[in-house]
Amino acid sequence: MDKSPHQVLQGELLDEAVVLTLTQFCRTCRLPAEQVVELVEEGIIEPLGQAPDAWQFTGVSVYRVQCVLRLEHDLGVNRAGAALILDLLDQLDALRARLARYGE
Amino acid sequence: MEYRDYYRIMGLGRDATQDEIKRAYRKLARKFHPDVSKEADAEARFKELGEAYEVLKDPPKRAAYDQLGSTWKAGEEFRPPPDRNQGFEFHSGDFSAADAAQFSDFFASLFGQDAGAARGARRPPPQGQDTRARVVIDLDDAYHGATRALTLQTTELGPDGRPQTRARTLNVRIPKGVRPGQQIRLAGQGGHGPGAPGDLYLEVAFRPHPLYRVAGRDVYLELPVAPWEAALGAQVKLPTPDGPVDLKIPPGSSSGRKLRLAGRGIPGQPPGDLYATLLIVLPPADNAATRAAYRELEQAQAFDPRAHLGV
Repeated sequence: MDKSPHQVLQGELLDEAVVLTLTQFCRTCRLPAEQVVELVEEGIIEPLGQAPDAWQFTGVSVYRVQCVLRLEHDLGVNRAGAALILDLLDQLDALRARLARYGE
Repeated sequence: MEYRDYYRIMGLGRDATQDEIKRAYRKLARKFHPDVSKEADAEARFKELGEAYEVLKDPPKRAAYDQLGSTWKAGEEFRPPPDRNQGFEFHSGDFSAADAAQFSDFFASLFGQDAGAARGARRPPPQGQDTRARVVIDLDDAYHGATRALTLQTTELGPDGRPQTRARTLNVRIPKGVRPGQQIRLAGQGGHGPGAPGDLYLEVAFRPHPLYRVAGRDVYLELPVAPWEAALGAQVKLPTPDGPVDLKIPPGSSSGRKLRLAGRGIPGQPPGDLYATLLIVLPPADNAATRAAYRELEQAQAFDPRAHLGV
């Protein structure tokens, strides 16, 4: 069923260098702007810029939003709970990275 | 298709109460949630669990499943009895067509058209789902970029409205400078629906390397040195993912000292650093000359490595 097995797909690396406006961010995350505003107010994502029409999101925020939405949908936690899990996961990742330096 | 033992997936007996089923689901969902769990098969386990719960939480579906009897073994070749859906109606499920598309053929053969697809037909998703997959790469790929072939198992609603699985292979460019945990978005490679296709998100993980450890954009290496190299200083050869480099060991270095090679970590803006952690390795005292040399060192100065322990 593979149409073009030899074609190499060039993806977009969603890192800090990727900068998205509110409109682009909404389209990527498939969310209405009001929901993105809620996520910002909850402190889950932190755009640069003062007002919504000047907001700039990085590629990393896409993952944070997706993760929160999955946690809410799959585990039945509310937004604050999902935000807490996300922060704890960040801490866990940092600790795992430190642990990795020692070989395990 | 293979029979699925939903009770075993949830770690329950066939006589479990609805409350027990709910509790088991909550507990296992937390354990295997792909965002939370680091278990290699978390994604598959979580999907399997969702499917099992979909059936067992709903008494009519559970009754239909139980009717198959308890003699089936998980993984056994399963052929549904003809007309088995007669007398059952499944309108109580609260999953969307997109969720149902994630379920197995086995699920579809029992509940597919009534429970999943029919609802989807009434309320078609405006566009395909965004999907995600893990791609495991080597550290070397992050330094130089690479092309990796990925085989993905996709479940989609077929023309007849039943979920069907197919394998597809994608050749994906892994960009130079990628770090563990980052996502690569492939627009239009996600799930298909009546509208535009969704996007595929690849989450990057690194295969463990025998020499290097990766933390963010930095790379760590344990560098064995001889006692005289650490004490007197030396210039040693050090491997890096970009090829060997010369490293100056400053005199008086102790074991565990970290030497930083700026910009030799994972490339990027800014690039990461490479850290060499010194590990002093003693030559074995397995001949007379070496033993004599150790004795001589002992005589050379009054040295108490335990002075700070106060004994």
